[in-house]
Amino acid sequence: MDRIPILRMGPVLLVSIQVDMHDQLALGLQDDLSNAITAHGTKGVLIDISAVSVVDSFMGRMLANIAGVARVLDAITVVVGMQPAVAITLVELGLSLEGVRTALNVEKGMAHLQAVVASAGALSHSTDDADGAD
Amino acid sequence: MPEASANRLIAVIDERFDDLLRNWIADQLAALRRGQIAENDLRVQCTELLQLIRRALVSGAPLDLEAQAWSGARDLLARISVSRAQQGFTPSETATFVLSLKRPLFGVLHTESKDADSLADDIWTATLLLDQLALHTTEVYIRARQELISRQQQDMLELSTPVVKLWDGVLALPMIGTLDSSRTQVVMETLLQRIVETGSDVAILDITGVPTVDTLTAQHLLKTVTAARLMGAECIISGIRPQIAQTIVHLGVDLGDVITKATLADAFKLALSRLGLTVARQRVAPSAAPASAPTAD
Repeated sequence: MDRIPILRMGPVLLVSIQVDMHDQLALGLQDDLSNAITAHGTKGVLIDISAVSVVDSFMGRMLANIAGVARVLDAITVVVGMQPAVAITLVELGLSLEGVRTALNVEKGMAHLQAVVASAGALSHSTDDADGAD
Repeated sequence: MPEASANRLIAVIDERFDDLLRNWIADQLAALRRGQIAENDLRVQCTELLQLIRRALVSGAPLDLEAQAWSGARDLLARISVSRAQQGFTPSETATFVLSLKRPLFGVLHTESKDADSLADDIWTATLLLDQLALHTTEVYIRARQELISRQQQDMLELSTPVVKLWDGVLALPMIGTLDSSRTQVVMETLLQRIVETGSDVAILDITGVPTVDTLTAQHLLKTVTAARLMGAECIISGIRPQIAQTIVHLGVDLGDVITKATLADAFKLALSRLGLTVARQRVAPSAAPASAPTAD
């Protein structure tokens, strides 16, 4: 079965969704991500959805769920790179993703995460010592 | 017998041309508001039209306005009608231009007539003719007005959704006119697209030019703000006039945690501070002072 790769960059986990999500894939991601957060003591999760062009209400709820799970595990989630069409669709579906932070692109999202992680008194990591994928 | 009537009409117009013209112009000047049109212009137009009518009658087809013979008269009336529409004449005033020829024309027909039967015929023919000409002016008048309206509508749609860049990372969307569903859709799409293109962090929705805000409008605004937030940009609503603020509160519209400011200047100030920029007054000038601009802290 396909899986979405989760990359660790210091205190941050990076998830880049490059395919259109189907339900099984989203559920798998939620599992993997919660395991990874506990395993690495992650403080921040960055989900890049710039390549996603189609969403449905399930997908919208999964994003909110993932953010909720991460928050319970003491990590903050930033969703970056949402396409205009996707944003309009989610709003029309009535999903405003309250509690999910957003940023325009990976760079801004990463800057935001690092600022929050640093101010939360976590280790002030540089991302240089990031090692590869799990 | 329209041909016989037409011939008598031609004869009357030929013989009493100056009388007709003088009475016609006098009637119109009495009917119009003072100073709407110069007497000389009116005289030129009347003379030309009367000559064209005569020529069309001579060349046959007295009552068929679509015929080639009438094209000169039709064109002249169309020109007069369009120019009067632009000068702000009402449709009645425009049609009166033709209809006011009736009284003088009937008058001379009456004095010149030999017997009652032919007089009735002549008057009927003249009435049909002038009515058709008057209808023609009204049609052209309305067509000219409609073209004007549709052009203005087009202009308004194009002008109403400009997204302007105030600073690197700050967009502004000055909204003008009533916000209905179709326009909000256009506004939302344009704004989100520009946010992606420019990578802006802050967007200011300025509603100074929105005349009224009801629950539907407020909902549209909130949707736009939420969509922009989903993409990672922050929205500020500015230009809320006192009456609109009162309306929003009276309607019980919940703007949630949307940032609102009274003026675009306040919103811009906040946007700059979000980006870590300040505006500083230029130091008292040594000759080679650096340009003053918002600078990064």
